[in-house]
Amino acid sequence: MTAALVLAGCAGEGGDDTGGGEGGTVKIGFMGDLTGENSGIVKPPRNGAKLAIDAYNAKNPETKIEMVEYDSQGKEEQATALVNKAIQDDKIVGLIGPAFSGESKAVGSILEQGKIPSVSASATNPDLAKNGWKYWHRVVANDDDQGPGIADFLAKAESPKKAFVVSDDQEYSVGLAKTTAAALEEAGVTVQTDKFAKDESDYGATVNKAKAFDADVIFFGGYYAQGGRLLKQLRDGGVDALFATGDGSLDPQLVSGAGKAAAEGAVIGCPCNIPTASSEGALKQFTADYKEATNTDPAIYSTEGYDAATAFIQAVEAGNTTGEKINEFLATVEFEGVSKPIKFQENGEPEANEIFIYQVKDGEIAGLGAATEAKLEG
Amino acid sequence: MLENFIDQFLPSTVNGLAIGAIYALIALGYTMVYGVLRLINFAHSEIFMIGTMASFFVVVGLGISAPVTGFALVGLLLLCAVASMAAAGGAAVLLEQIAYRPLRKRGASRLAALISAIGASLFLQEFFALVVLPLAGYPNGRVYRPVERFFEREDLFTIGNATIRNDHVLVIVASLVMMIALDQLVSRTRIGRGIRATAQDPEAAVLMGVNIDTIVRVTFLLGGSMAGIAGMLYITEFEVTDFRVGFILGIKAFTAAVLGGIGNLRGALLGGFVLGLVENWGSTLLGSEWKNVIAFTVLVLILMVRPTGILGESLQRARA
Repeated sequence: MTAALVLAGCAGEGGDDTGGGEGGTVKIGFMGDLTGENSGIVKPPRNGAKLAIDAYNAKNPETKIEMVEYDSQGKEEQATALVNKAIQDDKIVGLIGPAFSGESKAVGSILEQGKIPSVSASATNPDLAKNGWKYWHRVVANDDDQGPGIADFLAKAESPKKAFVVSDDQEYSVGLAKTTAAALEEAGVTVQTDKFAKDESDYGATVNKAKAFDADVIFFGGYYAQGGRLLKQLRDGGVDALFATGDGSLDPQLVSGAGKAAAEGAVIGCPCNIPTASSEGALKQFTADYKEATNTDPAIYSTEGYDAATAFIQAVEAGNTTGEKINEFLATVEFEGVSKPIKFQENGEPEANEIFIYQVKDGEIAGLGAATEAKLEG
Repeated sequence: MLENFIDQFLPSTVNGLAIGAIYALIALGYTMVYGVLRLINFAHSEIFMIGTMASFFVVVGLGISAPVTGFALVGLLLLCAVASMAAAGGAAVLLEQIAYRPLRKRGASRLAALISAIGASLFLQEFFALVVLPLAGYPNGRVYRPVERFFEREDLFTIGNATIRNDHVLVIVASLVMMIALDQLVSRTRIGRGIRATAQDPEAAVLMGVNIDTIVRVTFLLGGSMAGIAGMLYITEFEVTDFRVGFILGIKAFTAAVLGGIGNLRGALLGGFVLGLVENWGSTLLGSEWKNVIAFTVLVLILMVRPTGILGESLQRARA
């Protein structure tokens, strides 16, 4: 296999010599769960990436980019097989993705050996950046940034004295609740915590605790299905403190699960910048283009997909058509992305680790902007 | 810790009684079937799920999107109750016909019936996720299905620091009424005598002219109807359902049935309330993540002292 990889590398370089002169096409892969059960959060970044690449090709550049899609179903073993095929047969020079953390972890070392740079739009596990990989990047802040980002925002916006931090006892949820609670405590807030089993229907004990503690702010680490029910039961139980949660609950089903009235005013943080009807500037343009191309509104991580693709486009535009050269370019790339300013740290993490704040208004999830600038209304 | 427990004692008691009432209603189905057939009907949790679905479809089908009041509310609750009881009771009878009766007729072991129960449970879950919900216009049958609030919450009165809400009162009162009705039916009517006779000694009952098939069918119908009422109350209280909604509640209700003494109707009632209270008290004492650990520890402790449950297995021994 090593031989094949070396050959692939040589072929790529050969392509550079000829491709640079008379134009041609390079292939950039997109990998993620495109048809499986979680495809709902992978299609938006895929559409975003395609939008950027189509727009670039429409300008009739010297070197065109072909986006090759790899449907990993979010499964590690499929991702591994597909990434080998992508490197050896398709000879991609860069990869947008993989979308999820698990598959990213599985294929990281293969991409490293194949010298294929990757930029993920949605993998948020903090440990991915700690492998020493030189070809790996992402354009989304990790979970270690999210909790403190939301906590700082809450501390600033509400100046709470007491915060009640709850999680639904799943891996992601516990981690997020923990970092958020720690950051809140650091900001001088008294914190009480509780956890409930995710399959439970009655969160009465948690509600009673929150009520007795008389918190100013309630933070929930977990997914929208549980978040919606918790929010409903809290409001029914007479707890009207501000309810805040993270990206796992950034879904309209949070509102339908809680009921419109209970969900009103709930705050959701996310390392993603989703354009909404009220967005301005570049985001507004992006929303219009996205809608025209896909007939849907931009959703979670669609701008991140666009920015990941843009990073590759800029590399190719600058005349880089091999994995190695593109990777060198990515180390220095710096541009104003749609989601955030794009610049990578040495370990592949984005320089900007901004958290964006959303709030439920009239039953819709509306964007309030970056956590550092957002202001709560009402 | 302890101050939490004392401070939240009354609110968590109210909460425990409300969820305990739902456990108890579902537990009745486990206990009756066990009393008559010596079978743990593991598909009973899905009978409850069907009960929630029937109420869900009534509320959604009528296009209710705001709380209703007065006679309209009474009518709606009754309609939901009838729909849920019919759906769940009917499904339970059908379940017995398809999954248990053929095995019983062929004299298969109880273990075979148990496997059949687990199979029926999985089948019903997937059937709702893959067929019923998509056919009803919900293409993704695996996500939570909320209903809009139709029963407005009101604080009725307070006892100490506990606020008593009208929905809690509805759940507790409705389940008590249903349980008393069932208890009377089993202890006073002819068909009830048949059920008790079958539970006591099936062969002697046959010799006395009891039609076992009818008795078994009625038992499933009654147990299923109680699960149906529980489903309707669940929709009123929690306003959400999905194809797996019965899973955890089924386990809890089964636990309640064992706790009170499986086969014993009043035991199911007591077991349901005890479980609900212990869970909620335990959660305030140690944190909600310990809820199930505490509940099952209590179960084990009680069974160590009283192996047949708090009230013992007495459906068959009740006065003739």
